[in-house]
Formats: sequence, C-alpha cells, structure tokens
Amino acid sequence: MKKSVFLGTLAATTLFAGMALAQGTSTLDTVKARGELNCGVNTGLVGFAAPDANGNWQGFDVALCKAVAAAIFGDASKVVYIPTTSADRFEQLTSGKIDFLIRNTTWTFSRDTDLKMDFVGVNYYDGQGFMVRKDLGVSSAKELNGATICIQTGTTTELNLADYFKANNLTYTAVPVETNAEGEQQYLAGACDAYTTDASGLAATRAAFADPDNHIILPEIISKEPLGPAVRHGDSAWGDVIRWTMNALIAAEEFGITSANIDELATSSQNPEVQRLLGSSTDNLGAMLGLDAGWAKNAIKASGNYGEIFAATIGESTPIGLARGLNAQWTQGGLLYTPPFR
Amino acid sequence: MNTSNSTFVRTEMLPQKAPPITEAGAVKWMRENLFSSPLNVLLTVLGVGAVAYLVLHIAPWLSRSVWNAASLTECRQIIEARYGEGATGACWAVIRERWPQYLFGFYPQHLYWRPVLAFVLLCVAVAPVLFDKLPRKMLWFSLIYPAVGFWLLWGGSVWVPVAALAGFAIGYVAAQVVKPLAGTILATIAAVVTPVLWWLFLAGPAADAVHSVLPIALESVRSREFGGFILAFTIGFTGIAFSLPLGVMLALGRQSDMFIVNKLSVGFIEFIRGVPLITLLFTASLLLNYFLPPGTDFDIILRVIIMVVLFAAAYIAEVIRGGLAALPRGQYEAADALGLDYWKAQRLIIMPQALKISIPGIVSTFIGLFKDTTLVVFVGLLDPLKGITDAVRASTDWKGIYWEPYIFVGTIFFIFCFGMSRYSMYLESKLKTDHR
Repeated sequence: MKKSVFLGTLAATTLFAGMALAQGTSTLDTVKARGELNCGVNTGLVGFAAPDANGNWQGFDVALCKAVAAAIFGDASKVVYIPTTSADRFEQLTSGKIDFLIRNTTWTFSRDTDLKMDFVGVNYYDGQGFMVRKDLGVSSAKELNGATICIQTGTTTELNLADYFKANNLTYTAVPVETNAEGEQQYLAGACDAYTTDASGLAATRAAFADPDNHIILPEIISKEPLGPAVRHGDSAWGDVIRWTMNALIAAEEFGITSANIDELATSSQNPEVQRLLGSSTDNLGAMLGLDAGWAKNAIKASGNYGEIFAATIGESTPIGLARGLNAQWTQGGLLYTPPFR
Repeated sequence: MNTSNSTFVRTEMLPQKAPPITEAGAVKWMRENLFSSPLNVLLTVLGVGAVAYLVLHIAPWLSRSVWNAASLTECRQIIEARYGEGATGACWAVIRERWPQYLFGFYPQHLYWRPVLAFVLLCVAVAPVLFDKLPRKMLWFSLIYPAVGFWLLWGGSVWVPVAALAGFAIGYVAAQVVKPLAGTILATIAAVVTPVLWWLFLAGPAADAVHSVLPIALESVRSREFGGFILAFTIGFTGIAFSLPLGVMLALGRQSDMFIVNKLSVGFIEFIRGVPLITLLFTASLLLNYFLPPGTDFDIILRVIIMVVLFAAAYIAEVIRGGLAALPRGQYEAADALGLDYWKAQRLIIMPQALKISIPGIVSTFIGLFKDTTLVVFVGLLDPLKGITDAVRASTDWKGIYWEPYIFVGTIFFIFCFGMSRYSMYLESKLKTDHR
C-alpha cells in the first residue's frame, strides 16, 4: 500500500513537474539557451521543404525557419530541421520536440482550439482543386458527375470533396490513395478520372508529368486552405516572435525592401516605418519581442522578403510555376496585409 | 548356359536402345513436371503466360535505362532522343545522384569514412561469429565491437563507450567475488545489478572525469543526421546482436521454476507480442517525451533500438522455447546426473541443441527485424525505403519518379535478407548430426 502510494506520487510529481516546466519557461528563452531552433518541417514536399543532394533543406517553409533563426541569433544556419509526418506533427509540437511547426498545415477551428495549437498567421493561401486529363473533355468541376476521383485519405481534402459534391448534387467514386506519389501514379495509370489535392500540390504534380500539356487543372477551388506556422498554446511571447518575423518578411515586400537593397535602405530610408522595421530608428521594436534591434533586418537578409522567397521556391520562374494569386500583397489584389510596425 | 548348344538361346546381349522420346530428356521432364494432368497443363500455360506478360512489360522499360542525367526531365529527353517519341524507360540517374543520401542520409560528408570503417570492422567482428574456422581470438574484437562501432558512428568522447564496456567487466568481477561467498544465485544478481548501478550513476561522471584528463574525441554526429541504409543497418544489426541474448534469457525465464522470474518473463513476452511494433515506436518517440523532464535529450535512435530489441527478443524467446521443448527430457536429466550446475548445463548441453533446432525460426525473426527497420519512417527518421525516397521525390528535379527508388532499395534489402537465409541453411547443414 505504502509503496503504491509512493510510486503513484512519484509518477504524478514527475508528470506535473514536466508539464509545469513545459509551459512555465518561455520557448524563446529555451531556444536562446539551446543556441539552435528546432523547426518542424515536411518530410518532403516539392517547393515547400525538401533536402537537396547535399542534405541542405530548401523551400518556401524552410525559408521561414531560416528567417526566424536569423531574427533570434542573427545567423540563419542555426536551425535543426526536424521532418514531421502528417501523423505525428502535432504530437511533436505539444511534446516539445520542435519549437514551431511549419508544415503546410491548414489553420482550422478544431486544430486551433481542441488540439491546443496557436496558429500565428498564414504564409500561404491554398485551396483544393482538381486535375483531369484534357481528353476527358471536362472544363468545370461541376461536370465531374459520376467520376472516379483519387483522394488522399485522412486529410481535410477528403471531407471537402464530400461536402462539395453533396452541395452540388453530384455523385463520385473515391479511389483512396495514401501519399501524393501514389496519387500521381494511380492517376497516370488511369485508375481515376480526376486527382484532387491542394492547388499548389496539383501544379507541382502536373509540372513533373512527362506530358503536362495533356492535363488541365480545373478553375474551381472548392475549399479554403490557409497554411501557416503553429506554436504551442499558451506561449504568446514565442508566438509573437514567429508572427512578427513572418509579418516583417511580408512588410518588407510591401515597402520594397529586398535582400539587395536592405543595407542601403537601413541607413538611407526616410520612411519612418521602414526605419522602425530595420531597427534604424530610436524605437527599439526588437526589445519588445525580446530580440536584438536588428532582428527584422537579419530575418529579411536570410532569404529575402516574402516575394523573393516565393519567386525563388515556388514562383512562376520555377518548375512548379505558381502564380501569386491570393498570395499577392493587398495592394496587388491579394490577401497579404500585415499590421503596422509601430 | 553356353555349355548347352541350344541354338535358340541368344549368346550376346542386344545393344541398348534409346528410350522413347517421351521418356527421356527435356520432354520427359516437361511431361512429368509441367504437363502431367489436364489441371497441370492449364496451370503451366497460365504460369508461362503470366511470366511472359511481366517480362514483355518490364524488359523494354529496363532496357531503356538512363544512368547519367541531372533530373527526371533530362532523363525523359534522353530516352525520347534515343528511342523515339513516347518511349519510356528507367531513370537510374536518380540513384546515381542521390547515392550518398541513400547510404548515409544527412551524415556530414567529410565524415563518410567513419560509417564505412564501422561497416568494414563490423564484417571483421561478425566473421568469427559466423565461421568457426577463423581464429577464436577474433571473438574478443567482436565483443568490444559494439563500443567501437558506436564511437565511430556517433563520435564524441572515446571514454563514453569505454565506460559502458567497463560495466560488463565490473559485472563479471562482482560475480566472481560474490560467488564463493554467497552462491550462484546471488552471484547472478550481483552480475546484473552492479553494472546497472554503474551505468546509471557512475559511468557518466567517470567518463567525463577521464575525458577532462585525457581528451580523445571524434567530431560528434547527431542522430537526426542519420538516414538511409546507415540507419537501417545500425538499427538492424544492433537489434539482431542484442535481441538474441535477451531472447535466450527470456526463454530460460519462461521455463524457470522461480515464480517471479517466470511470471515476469511470461508477462513481458505476451505484452510485447500482443502490441504492434508501430505502437512501440510511437511510444518511444512521442509518449516518453511527456514523462521525461523537458530538455531531456534521450536519443531517438537509441529509443528506437531499445524498442526493436525488446520486440525481437520476445519473438526469439518463443522460438527458442520451441527448441527447448523439442529436447528430450533425458538431456536435462543427463546434465543433472553429470553434476553440472544450471548455467553449465544450459551452456554445455541444453542451449547448443535447442539453438540448433531453432535456427530457421531465429533467422526468420532476424530477417523480419531487418525489414521492419523501415517502419522508423513513422517516427520521423529517414529510412531508405520511404523517408529518403520521399525526400528525393520532393526535390523539383526528381518529382514524379516512382518505381526506380523502390526497386533499388528493395534490391539492397533482398541481397541482405537472402544472404541471411542462405547462411542459416549453411549453418543447419553444417550442424546436422543426426542421420535422417
């Protein structure tokens, strides 16, 4: 009896001590003390996160990891990339193995509330689309009545598809696939008439086909998939660091700050907001975040502003060839609209 | 017969005639093996048809292989240029370009010599275990190899593996000291408890202390940088090396008359066998983080290895228990009659026979274990089959490639598993002493 009480107490103490520590200390302090940022990325998604032949990670999401590391340490290389799967990504975050998650994760209500995550923003506005062979003679998703559709199981896309077809009074036969690579293979082998996933993924997939011209992506976007970085619930100071680093990259594009002219603008710009952003004014924004005055300057220098990152990793000049679309600045008709740096 | 002058008796043998065409050579073989009944004729036709279909579909694709290209698009262009519009072929250039990644994962490039050296030394260490013609003194190297291999792969201070090895020496010394004083059972307990205490409380500080006096270290490599076949081999071989002794212990524990030992062994074996390996891996990678204090960096590969060892040991224990059960009771009684104590009886009489019987089952478990190393992809480690392949496919150069990486990785796995299987057959025939 005594022994079991003792053991129970010991277990409970350890557990609560662990939880208290996990939530008590700020992630920013932990990261600073560690000297490295543990960044949870995709195990591999074209354009967003992938290691090259030498093992260096590159991509749209990876660039944000680099920017955050640069904002904290002034050195974009102080990142440990931890590949996460769609099955274990949230566990990796809540258990503290990664400091923040940037893995094409859709910001949804239940993930934000029930799963105890905090999404700090949206770095890519995506949506679900359809790809079909041109000789199918279909020009709109509404004509897909009775079609067989390849769909990845266990994703939000599966639910969106059911919703969309139900709302439009159409029927379909689902061909479940496990991964994108398998989906491509099934679609090419003719196992399904249409393949549906995020529009960015469809574009990348189509670009890799031997005959991309024989396939078209239908104009309908049937869901909202705002992809963004997430942190643990209850550490707002750390969430602020990620959010404002991302905002700094977006604002830099808005103000025309690029990796080429940033040093020049830091000294010569007459725009007070640019001065504040780049730490050349007397308002020390960095200190309010717990960072150096040059935090945003370092973050932008890491891989350029939002537009530069987009163009280099997934933009129209790359094989993936995504247009800016919703991800343009608000001044260009897009949704990128960062709060003022003041 | 020749003495009687009967003219109707043939005096010389007729020359042998060739057998009928249906009873000789290839035709006979085919009649007997392929067309012996209507059902067999049907099955033969279907079988040949299936093989021909596969060969006709795969052979052209394989024959149009491309080995030198920088991207899938370039591969396709080369194939079209060589074989005409619309031709498809295998693009092995991806393996060529990502070869280091498949072998070493993200292991630092300037340190590739270390895993290579570790692999060569592994062969040296395994050779005397596999072939008893080699000098027995080589076994000493096999015994210290785990520490050498660990040091080469992960680097860091040399004194950490040395301190770990010292634990075994301490256990041995403790057993020798206790045995004349308090008997075999207490000596066994001392042999287990003292090294565990040493590893838990003293090994770390001792290694640090010696390191501060005499720093010998290799550049350390983190577990996150492991990937590809180096990861599969590390987990696979460590699992194989440690699960066999643990499995033997568990099998003996399950046979034991001692209540606690018996029930603990049964409980352990049944629990582990009742749970899928994936569950254990998820427990190792995620659940433990909630219980350990934050900041504890309990190496992920070590955790996976522990789980794989426990998993395989439970299966091996049952395989060996089968071998033990197959031994006639007389063998145990003979050992008792000779006055051997428990460990001597096991070592000299029981185990050699039980293990011999269990070889096919043990090797099957090993092969299964080696292939199961690919499951680590689910805990975010980059196994060669899916982890590295997905990473390769995620580059813009190689997106869209599908079969080639799977075929390549499958071939490598086949070579090793087939090797293990052939070795077990060799060992069985060598150890065969009965005259069935």
